[in-house]
Amino acid sequence: MEIVILISFALLSLSMLLIFIRLLMGPTLPDRVVALELLATVIVAITGTYAIFTDRSSFIDVAIVVALTAFLAAIGFARFLERGGPRDD
Amino acid sequence: MTETIVNWVIAIFMLSSGIFTLLAAVGILRLPDLMTRMHASTKAGALGVALMMIAAMLHFNDLVVMAKALAVIMFILITAPIAAHAIGRAGYFVGVPIWVNTVKDELFNRYDSDTHRLRSGLETEEELKKMKTSNKDKPRIRVTTKK
Repeated sequence: MEIVILISFALLSLSMLLIFIRLLMGPTLPDRVVALELLATVIVAITGTYAIFTDRSSFIDVAIVVALTAFLAAIGFARFLERGGPRDD
Repeated sequence: MTETIVNWVIAIFMLSSGIFTLLAAVGILRLPDLMTRMHASTKAGALGVALMMIAAMLHFNDLVVMAKALAVIMFILITAPIAAHAIGRAGYFVGVPIWVNTVKDELFNRYDSDTHRLRSGLETEEELKKMKTSNKDKPRIRVTTKK
């Protein structure tokens, strides 16, 4: 079981790294916003893995909060893109 | 015995969650434009989180945790398409370039980026003329990008 948890941590960390590369590269601002949203999704998955790893169920609450803030951030960025001021990609 | 089987099921769920999330990450890194990247990230990412929450549900074997994990899954499944729609819409309006080999862009001739109006393609000549002359419909979004 330990090995499985470690492998999932490794897979999730690798995907975080790849998403971070896209976040740095992303030619336009919407690309970066999509990368940020997926990063938050991966963080929710990592929180679930950590809850299993430490055997504490309170971390599920953290997952709920992270998912909520990620959604609000994505909507806010979309509104900013449609109506916002000058931006520098 | 049952313990072992449950552990195997949890292991399968966790590993498939990791693999699907990695797939989403590879997709967001390798695919050519914004729409295809969103296509990879929203679906595979949501499935990865859902599988991980199911694994936590099975691991804790508790009704309260089960309700919370189900809440996370429902929340992700509801909000992921909404956020993707909002970002994709904003991206189209600010003029994010789409892939060269895109087969179909149905808004290409219908959407007027100056007035932010969408034509149905079934208007008569008079309606088109009226639409061009009437200047009171100001665009409600910022349509020009400052470079």
